[in-house]
Amino acid sequence: MNPYVVPGLVVVVLVTVGIGVYGLRFARTTSDFLVASRSVSPAWNAAAISGEYLSAASFLGVAGLVLRYGVDVLWYPVGFAAGYLALLLFVAAPLRRSGAFTLPDFCQVRLGSLTLRRLASIFVVFIGCLYLVPQLQGAGLTFTTVTGGSYVWGALLVGVVVTANVALGGMRAITFVQAFQYWLKLTALAVPVIFLVLQWQSDGRPAVTPTVFPTATTVTVEQDAIIAGTPVQKGQILSYEAGDEVPPVSTVDSTFGTDWLQPSGNSTLFATYSLILATFLGTMGLPHVLVRFYTNPDGASARRTTLVVLGLVGLFYLLPTLYGVLGRIYTPQLLMTGRTDAVVLLLPEAALGGGHLGRLLAALVTAGALAAFLSTSSGLLTSVAGVVFTDVLHGGRAGSVRDFRLATVLAAVVPILLSIYASNMDVSRVVGLAFAVAASSFCPLLVLGIWWRRLTDVGAIAGILIGGGASMAAVLITVLGPPLHGWFAEFIGEPAAWTVPLAFFVMVTGSLLTGRRVPPDVGATMLRLHAPESLRVS
Amino acid sequence: MAPDDETPRRTRVVLGEVAARSRPADLTRTDLAEQTPVGEALVKGLMRAQLALALRLALVVVIALGALPLLFVAAPGVAEFKIFGIYLPWLLLGVAAFPFLLVVGWAYVRWAERNEQDFIAVIRRPER
Repeated sequence: MNPYVVPGLVVVVLVTVGIGVYGLRFARTTSDFLVASRSVSPAWNAAAISGEYLSAASFLGVAGLVLRYGVDVLWYPVGFAAGYLALLLFVAAPLRRSGAFTLPDFCQVRLGSLTLRRLASIFVVFIGCLYLVPQLQGAGLTFTTVTGGSYVWGALLVGVVVTANVALGGMRAITFVQAFQYWLKLTALAVPVIFLVLQWQSDGRPAVTPTVFPTATTVTVEQDAIIAGTPVQKGQILSYEAGDEVPPVSTVDSTFGTDWLQPSGNSTLFATYSLILATFLGTMGLPHVLVRFYTNPDGASARRTTLVVLGLVGLFYLLPTLYGVLGRIYTPQLLMTGRTDAVVLLLPEAALGGGHLGRLLAALVTAGALAAFLSTSSGLLTSVAGVVFTDVLHGGRAGSVRDFRLATVLAAVVPILLSIYASNMDVSRVVGLAFAVAASSFCPLLVLGIWWRRLTDVGAIAGILIGGGASMAAVLITVLGPPLHGWFAEFIGEPAAWTVPLAFFVMVTGSLLTGRRVPPDVGATMLRLHAPESLRVS
Repeated sequence: MAPDDETPRRTRVVLGEVAARSRPADLTRTDLAEQTPVGEALVKGLMRAQLALALRLALVVVIALGALPLLFVAAPGVAEFKIFGIYLPWLLLGVAAFPFLLVVGWAYVRWAERNEQDFIAVIRRPER
């Protein structure tokens, strides 16, 4: 095993806990815990938002997907970044001005309905868990890949560190932790990629297609499959020479040749547009993203912060693509084993050899992966705990710090247990589904709530129940149900293309039918959402 | 913070013309706060301007990025175009999309702030 990995991981955990404890010295009131007393500067805030956002799916998953499917999946990083543009255009400044800390708060401010608030809380917890479980699973899988230890320990370790950090330091502390982790994640991908590209140059720029083994490789078959048309049995050992073409394996879904290099035809057009819709519109509905906007001092700075985030996130997403492409050259055996998510972790040693440089860079990348799990799960946990704190424990703003800690532990237990018992759920797919649910429940609520005066509580509830409920059902069928086939599978597996319009349609129709229920103070609310703070009159 | 917190000060009665120049600022603020038709119309105007701006820029992104999958299907030749030895779709989606999004975001922030400044100007000096 790589001797640098364990010290690297220990340093990341120690620095995370250290900054958390340092933040604890300043965290005195419940307000400090929840919103950092609204005194975080835009630069810190933007780095923190980016650090929180770039999860296991971005750090490991995107490169793995590119390795497998090629140009078609570049829509994932583009969509993950473009989500912030949609957030900036339609939501950022008015949401900050609404003074809402969580999505349920926004429901209360805008429509004053307790039922809607409860419904929103359920969706926040559902989306939060849906997003938290794969983070912990990713942590477990990384732990297994790098150390050879057990999956359960990896998931538990990250779960406990995150819970302790959020419960002890709260938001103030994790703002600094998240900002640190953004720069760590960027460094962890950017520094190795320089060496990787130099190595590729000195190797005489090997071509990406056709996909060949760079060195002689032996593969042990772990389950019955059909490799290049020939059936193989479990336990069989296959040897390949350097320069042999990597054969397609029936149990691993991947593309080769021009399918990988070129955008695929109209067969996947529905899935592509569904993915675009889910990622573009889903970001604004993710619970841990919205919480951050409350830490901006005013609406204009919320907008500027979002713009900086767009830049930071876009900068980061230039890198995973390179890992996916270089992985095609240096670690093609992953296409046979199917563990493509490990490409970022394995590439430095595969390309640069097992010397000190390769091992050091591998340790750096692993530390970055750990930062990805820690930061996203911290943010998710804070927001889910915030909702549990205010809406389940009825703590309200005057609740005690002890109650917030209790809420954190409560919010952490279920996802940690789920991640241990549901270890075979597909990581990147579940993250995409979380975006679909967010896009078809909270996106219409936020956009219509901010820009349309005639939205009513009944319309909003109906829209969330039908649009969000449909996507939630599609997620549960995809994750728990039997494998589906044909157009129906695409329909259920990528639900956003029909659930998002459905949610908007139901919300608008429902509001128009119950026009008498438009809140009487909607004018005052709209003034508060849209007028610059310098004109605050009330 | 709010002007009506203070005890009303004694005001000097002056020529109507001068009064008309100094008071409407407060009146417009009051229009805003008390949701008079004038205040409501002002806020609606601001919302319409901001929404129109957001929708226009969103349309730019939808046309520029959203049309790409269709374009690659409709005209496969475009996808085989190479720049510096790299296929065009890889360059567009892997590199160019991010600065493009950033530029659109930058333009939005600039124009949205200008809309707000116009709004403030209307409130502060309505007589101009």
